[in-house]
Amino acid sequence: MAWRKLLLLVAVLSLAQLAKAQSPKYGVGRTPTAEEVRAWDISIGPDGKELPPGQGTAAVGAKLFREKQCVVCHGGTGSGGPAPTLIKSDGKKKPMYPCLAPCVDDSNVMALHAQYATTMWDYINRAMPLNKEGTLKPDEVYSLVAFILFKNGVIAEDQVMNAQTLPKVKMPNHDHVAPAPEWKHAAPRLAGYP
Amino acid sequence: MEAKSSGRRKFLKTSAALIGAAAAGVKTAGEGSPTHDMDMPDLEALIAYGQRSPFVNSKRISVMERMSPDEFGMTFHVLSPIQDSVGMITPSSLHYISTHRGSYVPNIDPKEHRLLIHGMVDRPLIFTVDEIKRFPFVTRAHFLECLGNRAKATHKTVQETHGLTSCSEWTGVPLSTLLKEAGVQTGAAFIVAEGAESVKGATSIPIEKALDDCLVAYGQNGEALRPQQGFPIRLLVPGFEGMHNVKYLRRIKVVEKDYMTYNDYGHIVPDARVAALTRIIGPKSVITFPSGEQKLPGPGFYEITGLAWSGAGAIRNVEITTDGGQTWKLAELRTPSYPMAHTRFAFPWTWDGKECVIMSRCTDELGTRQPTRAESAKFFDKPDDSNFRAPGADNTVLPWRIAADGSVHNGMA
Repeated sequence: MAWRKLLLLVAVLSLAQLAKAQSPKYGVGRTPTAEEVRAWDISIGPDGKELPPGQGTAAVGAKLFREKQCVVCHGGTGSGGPAPTLIKSDGKKKPMYPCLAPCVDDSNVMALHAQYATTMWDYINRAMPLNKEGTLKPDEVYSLVAFILFKNGVIAEDQVMNAQTLPKVKMPNHDHVAPAPEWKHAAPRLAGYP
Repeated sequence: MEAKSSGRRKFLKTSAALIGAAAAGVKTAGEGSPTHDMDMPDLEALIAYGQRSPFVNSKRISVMERMSPDEFGMTFHVLSPIQDSVGMITPSSLHYISTHRGSYVPNIDPKEHRLLIHGMVDRPLIFTVDEIKRFPFVTRAHFLECLGNRAKATHKTVQETHGLTSCSEWTGVPLSTLLKEAGVQTGAAFIVAEGAESVKGATSIPIEKALDDCLVAYGQNGEALRPQQGFPIRLLVPGFEGMHNVKYLRRIKVVEKDYMTYNDYGHIVPDARVAALTRIIGPKSVITFPSGEQKLPGPGFYEITGLAWSGAGAIRNVEITTDGGQTWKLAELRTPSYPMAHTRFAFPWTWDGKECVIMSRCTDELGTRQPTRAESAKFFDKPDDSNFRAPGADNTVLPWRIAADGSVHNGMA
């Protein structure tokens, strides 16, 4: 029985230690309100759990692509403009913008590098359009993502994009991404290199 | 007393003469009596914040392949003039710049700026900049380097081949202090760090690294961060490629997986080996003197000098060859060798006036040695020709060729 008591004691002590380790040490800073966190949190993870309600289609996205001035930088057909290519071109027009890593070819579609469609949503929502970043409504972002995905042959024209369907879209690059190995303190960058 | 007052009179006299001389140099000067509308030196500015000598003109230039300003009137990649550098610290004014696609340098009022920590934490917290400064601080030297810092045969100078790296003395709060204050929950694997600029650039960093040696920095080289370097606060992720070191830091979200967000997805690759070489920098070194487009006036004594750094620790040693790689000799480390910081090396050398190829290579504290291009090509089973592009953050050895007339040229050309 003694060893059980000892085990219990160890357990209680560990819990106390854990509680101690996890309590704030300095008490500086304040607790944000739930509303503040909601307003600031624009990160959309691969499983899409942060995606807001709303929906969009490629047809609406095609209209928005012009109305929101996307065409000014990305070109009328989504390629050939000064900004990165969004829609596969026929390869005849060379983009003005330098081919960004990982650079595939002149019809390199930046948006399609993403492993998850949620990344496109996150990117457009936080960073577009130029000089009016963060002004698009969720429905508009869903529609623009649907438009780009449809024009690149990733989804069907009538496929509705929303918080449930978007994370399920399989991106063409999904199986061609290798994450960096787990990071460890004082481990070499890549064992055996060179 | 006599000497003192005489000294003071002499000072006043000299000052008057100086002001008179300044006035005489101005067209409107009349009757030797200075007036207020004359073009006097701005004494207040001279007193308030120092300037370098007008004879010193070392300056940054934009990356040739990605001009700044670009089509959108924005800056992208700006090279630090490391051919002129001495010691190990880059002046804040000459620090290299790489910005997100589509980000302007914002002017942020530090009183309005906040840092939010939330996600998988027991206590979400929001801090003002003044509150962050109340936490115990550390001061450390760390380099930053852009993934685009890649020498090409077309580059002439070391500014062009290696100017996308800089080293500063940073002051800030360990990120681990702030994360522990919030209480990281079990199952957390990454953080997403986000900036406050127009595009809200964000990146994912492993939680082990976030809790290891990352800093939320507000000081750079003894003063506040420069706006181009993330004023009022930025993240430092020592040794990781520049992209992870989020400027204008406004939010940290603790999450369960790699979010592969805004900054990250342009750098994703299909080969895990390349992914590893992309995330962490070096070991890398380069000779800054004599370097491309400099000229040795003739045979005789010189010191070969340059910078060495590694994203995995401190620099253990630097070797120099002056015969194109046949023999290597140890250089002297002339600054302390701090983890993930530039280290200045020097190698006393007498040039015999004959054409030669000089190179440096470094080894870090883990024993990893900087590879030549041939060694990198061999590792990836690729031919070592002009098409070979060292995968990830290029840390290969750069040769400089010194011609018989003392002119220095890119050895890749």
